[in-house]
Amino acid sequence: MPFPADYKYTKEHEWLKADGKTATIGITSYAQDSLGDIVFVDLPKVGAELAAGKTFGSVESVKAVSDLYAPASGTVTEVNGELATAPEKINKDAHSAWMIKIALKNPGDLNSLLTAADYEKFVAEEGGH
Amino acid sequence: MTGVFLSTVETTPAVRKTALNAVHRKLGAKMVDFNGWDMPVEYPSSGGIIAEHLAVRTGVGIFDVSHMGDIRLAGPEALAAVQHISMNDASRLAIGQAQYSALLYPQGTFVDDVIVHRLGEEEYLLVINAGTREKDFNWVRDNTRQFSCKVENLSDDYTQIAIQGPKGADLLSKLTNADLRTVKFYWVTRGAVCGLENILIARTGYTGEDGFEIYIPTDEQTSARVWNEVLAAGKEFGAVPCGLGARNTLRLEGKLPLYGHEISDTINVWEAGLDRFCKMEKPEFIGREALEKARAKPLTRTLIGLEMIDRGIARDGYRILNTQGQEIGYVTSGSYAPFLKKNIALAYVPPEVSALGGELLVEIRGQGVKAKVVPTPFYKKPKKN
Repeated sequence: MPFPADYKYTKEHEWLKADGKTATIGITSYAQDSLGDIVFVDLPKVGAELAAGKTFGSVESVKAVSDLYAPASGTVTEVNGELATAPEKINKDAHSAWMIKIALKNPGDLNSLLTAADYEKFVAEEGGH
Repeated sequence: MTGVFLSTVETTPAVRKTALNAVHRKLGAKMVDFNGWDMPVEYPSSGGIIAEHLAVRTGVGIFDVSHMGDIRLAGPEALAAVQHISMNDASRLAIGQAQYSALLYPQGTFVDDVIVHRLGEEEYLLVINAGTREKDFNWVRDNTRQFSCKVENLSDDYTQIAIQGPKGADLLSKLTNADLRTVKFYWVTRGAVCGLENILIARTGYTGEDGFEIYIPTDEQTSARVWNEVLAAGKEFGAVPCGLGARNTLRLEGKLPLYGHEISDTINVWEAGLDRFCKMEKPEFIGREALEKARAKPLTRTLIGLEMIDRGIARDGYRILNTQGQEIGYVTSGSYAPFLKKNIALAYVPPEVSALGGELLVEIRGQGVKAKVVPTPFYKKPKKN
């Protein structure tokens, strides 16, 4: 399962792509695969404050409900409104179907995130592959 | 992201497997622990839950339901025994006919819901839920001791394959010499299936759709052979293997109760709205007296269908609030409905808020989300010409 090398990852299966002081956030292809058909995404509004490690929304498949955890602290600057009516886009391409963009509060938060290689190793162990 | 996977009730330490377990794994199914059974929840190769659900509504889907239990009652007083332990009227059954019924506690609440098949002059087969197999068998055995009738637990004697959907009859007729046109819904017959003689074929299911359930020998080789032959015969109809995920969304659209959700040992027949399967004109059955008393009093809760108005999915156990925000009930089952493409739920609420069209709130992650009371079943199979 290829995970983009320029993204950072959490053990809760979110990805983050940093671009200077802003970051784009979504869930990984591993996450969408374990969830199955995604039918609902609940995301914060623009202006909402995210705290690293705290929940910022949820994603639901037919069979499961999952909380989303903020990979980093920051203020929401953009929300992918497309996912409200087409959440299945996450199943089709999780690494491009982004959920929110944030203005990073502490760019240092990113240091505690996993690299693509670390994350790949982590899911290999978790999935028992 | 951390997941809370839904729909398992309680687990027993030793995980049990059906004879088709290796077949599911080979197909790449995602497996879950369902009431102590290692069962497929969905098959990515079928396209996942939504695709499996749609296959059953529009074509045909194949399910391994061998985890269901079976209890056989046979003997001169088999009918009397069945009448004593179940709420429907088994005396109305012709040989080869089946009925939906339930086993009740003396207080009128549910031991389990069952399908009662009349297989012979003095022979009945009760098909019961996986999670309640031992409880049901012990209960049936203990409550039928006074009758001249043999009670056998045949739960491990069958691999049960469900062939569900409008194309189910076309599929199965390729594999059997039984004339399926003469087998109406909720009737059973026997015939050769895939070269196996005298196989029980029931036109029953748990999908709200037309379909069949076949009962074949439980050895792995035969089970796998029949499963594969069924799939191959169904190829032209778009048949796919289906897991418990689709089974749950299909039964929810059809408002078929699930033990531990819509029915349980604390919910009675009137609350569950299963009146038409409970024959109070029968002079005696376990639970009847309590139900007679309960019937004289107004209901305190009733099962309703909800459709979400605002964004959100009601899930099992979520609280129902009135428009003032007070807790008035709870969701028993809720999901995105793949065929109806709506978010639907079943819930217990007081009768005064159960009127069709009424608005209620479902508490989803601390927020009251608007829903309206709608007619059930949410989905009804189209009438055949």
